[in-house]
Amino acid sequence: MGGLTWQYIIRRFLMMLLTIWLGISLIFLIPRLAPGDPVTAMIVRMTMREGYVENAQEIIESWKERFGLNDPLSVQYMKFMRNIVVLDFGYSLARFPTRAWDIVRPALPWSIGLLSVASVVSFIIGNTIGALMGWNKTPKWLKNVLPLSLTFTAIPFFMFGILLIYIVAFQLKWLPASGGYGRGVTPGWNIDFIRSVIRYGTLPMLSIVLTSSGSWALGMRGLMISANSEDHFLLAQAKGLKPFRVFMRYGIRNVITPSLTAFALGIGGLISGSTLVEFIFAYPGTGFTLYQAIVTQDYTVMQAISSIMIFVTSFSVFLIDLLYPLLDPRITFKTNK
Amino acid sequence: MNMQNTIDPTDPQQTARRFNKWDNPWLNTKFLIGCGIILVVVLFGLVGPLFWDTNLAFTGSSPLNKPPVWQGGLPEHPLGTESNGRDMLAQLIVAIPSSFKVGLIAASVGLGVGLVLGSLAGYFGGFIDAFIRTISDAVVTIPTLAVLIVIAAFFPMRDTTSMAFILAAFAWPGPTRIVRSQVLSLRERGYVRMAVLSGESPFGIMFREMLPNMLPWLAASFTGGISGAILGATSLEALGLGPARIPSLGTIINQAQVSSALIRGMVWWWFPPILVLMIIFTSFFLITTGLDEIANPRLREFKQQ
Repeated sequence: MGGLTWQYIIRRFLMMLLTIWLGISLIFLIPRLAPGDPVTAMIVRMTMREGYVENAQEIIESWKERFGLNDPLSVQYMKFMRNIVVLDFGYSLARFPTRAWDIVRPALPWSIGLLSVASVVSFIIGNTIGALMGWNKTPKWLKNVLPLSLTFTAIPFFMFGILLIYIVAFQLKWLPASGGYGRGVTPGWNIDFIRSVIRYGTLPMLSIVLTSSGSWALGMRGLMISANSEDHFLLAQAKGLKPFRVFMRYGIRNVITPSLTAFALGIGGLISGSTLVEFIFAYPGTGFTLYQAIVTQDYTVMQAISSIMIFVTSFSVFLIDLLYPLLDPRITFKTNK
Repeated sequence: MNMQNTIDPTDPQQTARRFNKWDNPWLNTKFLIGCGIILVVVLFGLVGPLFWDTNLAFTGSSPLNKPPVWQGGLPEHPLGTESNGRDMLAQLIVAIPSSFKVGLIAASVGLGVGLVLGSLAGYFGGFIDAFIRTISDAVVTIPTLAVLIVIAAFFPMRDTTSMAFILAAFAWPGPTRIVRSQVLSLRERGYVRMAVLSGESPFGIMFREMLPNMLPWLAASFTGGISGAILGATSLEALGLGPARIPSLGTIINQAQVSSALIRGMVWWWFPPILVLMIIFTSFFLITTGLDEIANPRLREFKQQ
């Protein structure tokens, strides 16, 4: 348990900062590589919609001055980075006096809730299935049934979500098809609201869990197969330990680390995937907000959500990195001197 | 060099023995089934234009909202039409090859870059390795869609090729990691050390000695890359960020979703693109896992005699 050293934490922390810096820099650079500048683009869009904008050229010049678009790129970059640190993403272009962050913030708890529940559930289910598939003491009938759970593995979350909406919500009418909570429920810490949130969240969560657990299962199966023939594993069986104990402590415990790495690598894809799930289910999280921002061409909100997605991913990967030494005492990050 | 002449292929002691000719790792069921299905889908997209007027996919000249022919639709539009008066069959015929094109371009560029960076990192080690590994670890962590959406929003896509190249920008870290780890392990093998000692150039060692031995891994990462790129493209299109005028599987899903095809019960609108994509993804998944088993014998099923 003592494998966690300051040196290791600092190194992973710097890695997190590097990832965030790289992602945020891309988000800063891309719009500035695009032909024209955001202000001109906005005026052009206004002209296209309204037909004619009075004093267009003067508006462009004064706004450019105000937004600092005439500054050299390095100055703009410093300002952008400073604003990101205090979560200031500027004003929403579609709903002008509102700040982008104020549009994104209410959506965050929904997304983080959905995503963390879905990813943890799918990780646990997937790894259990995979470990059972690879374990040589699994009952034969179970071994024949388990591969069925891999059927949906390759299907993207949101396509499976559309199928679930059609079958479960429209044909069977078991669960609601869209939204985050029912009408006539007041958001807050009351039983009705929580029950409604769970009811509405079930389908989006299922569409992530049923499709993503298969890939954990496949990875775990391979690891477990090789664990079967390890000496300590055979010894544990020979000692006559309870099969469950052998399975958990001698099997899974020893091979869970690569799965965790896959989990860390998969978080980005999970967040990308759940964005589309939220769009399909009109779930009030950041994914749906992002879709609305795309439709209304609200560039600042898009940048804000993209930045938040990068923050959340990097931070989760950092947390998982810190879990390694706690889960696997063989990994110590102490340097031998 | 005389050593080569002493190998006698008829001598059972010297040749690698196979118990029978069907014991070939490339005869992997998953791999073959996946390839077969993909071939059928590709053929559908390639042969389709010869039998069907693809202009129907671009111009909304057909009657609106007609169900497929088995639900009482018109025989001229066997798979029905959607709310903009476009023929569903024609849209599918146009959309399928373009999805494959995006996947192939993005995965090839990703694999090419990964091959170069991965072998540089694995072969030279030291600072180069640390640098390439750190950057690819960081890029892997960044959620692709977050950056892709910003790109697609500021550079409206006009054709599928530009989309493919943008997707390729995020397709290289996977192959890079695989190539790097393979080069690291192959570097210590006897025949590679032999080649180093006999003065072969790093380039020659990489391509003549190492590359043939990582082919199954590279193939698995290539097919994984294709389906990853198709997923990325479809996601962008489903959010409405694809090339607007060109029918693609994701764009059809987007239009069906925006026009509430689900609530209106127009199954023939939203289901075909999803079905095709599910078939494509599942087949690529089978190919990739099949190739993994070919590359890594430990994953293969034990066959009882």
